Amino acid sequence: MNRQSLSWKLLCVAFSLVVVLGGWEATALLLNTPALPTPAAALSVCAQYAGAMATDFGISFGRVGISLLLGTLLGTPVGLALGRSKRADELLAPALYILYPIPKIVLLPILLVLLGFGNELKVVLITLTVFFQVVVVMRDAAKGIPEDLVTSVRSLGASRGQLWCHVILPATLPQLFTTLRVSSAVAIAVLFFAEAIAGSTGLGYFIMNSWAMVSYPRMFAGIVALALLGVIFYELFDIIERRLTRWNK
Amino acid sequence: MSLSFENVQLTYDELHALDNLNLQVESGEALAIIGPSGCGKSSMLRLAAGLAQPTSGTVRINGNLAERPRKQTALILQNFGLLPWKTVRQNAELGLLIQGAPAAERTRRTTEALARVGLADFANSYPNQLSGGMQQRLALARAIALDIDTLLMDEPLSALDALLREELQDTLLALWQEKRYTQVLVTHSIEEAVYLGQRIAVMAPRPGRVVATIENPLMGSAQWRSQDAFFSQCRAVRAALEGGSHE
Repeated sequence: MNRQSLSWKLLCVAFSLVVVLGGWEATALLLNTPALPTPAAALSVCAQYAGAMATDFGISFGRVGISLLLGTLLGTPVGLALGRSKRADELLAPALYILYPIPKIVLLPILLVLLGFGNELKVVLITLTVFFQVVVVMRDAAKGIPEDLVTSVRSLGASRGQLWCHVILPATLPQLFTTLRVSSAVAIAVLFFAEAIAGSTGLGYFIMNSWAMVSYPRMFAGIVALALLGVIFYELFDIIERRLTRWNK
Repeated sequence: MSLSFENVQLTYDELHALDNLNLQVESGEALAIIGPSGCGKSSMLRLAAGLAQPTSGTVRINGNLAERPRKQTALILQNFGLLPWKTVRQNAELGLLIQGAPAAERTRRTTEALARVGLADFANSYPNQLSGGMQQRLALARAIALDIDTLLMDEPLSALDALLREELQDTLLALWQEKRYTQVLVTHSIEEAVYLGQRIAVMAPRPGRVVATIENPLMGSAQWRSQDAFFSQCRAVRAALEGGSHE
């Protein structure tokens, strides 16, 4: 990257920050409620509670990270297989259409009974959410692979495994990362609900516990931490995608 | 390598893509196939490449049924079939990699093939950084990097502009004269068929069939494109095409 485009990029980031922080500041001043501090106040609050939140942040990060990984590892092959095999698709697409629209969060009470209040509950719930999103997108992505590419590589004598490795996986990689960026936001929303309702660990619990204690600054620090969690995963996927799909730029 | 279609029928959903097709291609021969859309030209290549099976009849390569892709046959499609996520070198190397050639041989053959088509300096580029003509050359390099005895091409130059087409026709001709593989070229262009086919099979649609085969013995001679015989051959092919569509 050359110097000029780097400084332009920094300028764009600065502009976005001004828009977000300015909007926040204005809203806070307008509402004038202890539940929404100004950015400056929030920052000092975050610094104040950083130590208290660290463990819960780590727990939440781990839950979302593992769930995104599991959901991807399970959902990618299923979605691609459905997209590539007409028979599998005919057999299983109806099930997908029934199960995908169910908000997985409503399974929380059932999973609570089955799995208790621990990590398993959160991981299973978020994995389910991510799994179905990945399956739906990867199924479409596999269907969209230009048939010419498949024919050409098959004509070179490629086995099924070679076809997956040289064509199907790389062709659908950009869509996978788009899904993961979208899914990470949904995953964190599900995490928040699950932690708020069940158990006594994680940022979701930290936030709702602070709310119950009417400790608004503490609550707000938790909200910022949860937002930060989302930013971390979004950026992480962005960086990995750029490394893996250089050809796409 | 010889290729033969014997009483080949190909039917998709009631549609007769090919009807009672009989055609022989001799070893080392360059055949051009020309005909309007829907005459089953592309289906013939898929059958010859072992990517599809006829509804009835047989397709043989060297006397063996063409049941699956074989190592010595290369297929080049209209859109070149290049993988955007692989570099020029990786694309050219793909066939060797899939067929399990040793690394040293892959490198040597790929380097030679890229040099032969004039892409040595672009080995580390990606296909979308190349012009259409260079992408076509890359598809050729991928084919000749393999030790092929048969080259099947489905309108390989139709995406290129006229001047570039002639340049690449010259490349195709030179490669065939050098390597003498059996070549089957499917094209929409009368001039291209006459320039690159020792024999020209003229096809008609609905149902897809061969209506005429025209011998073209002067193909490959010097300055062939500007000889009078070239133009009279073009007229003969045009007449056969028109005859087929008016039947």
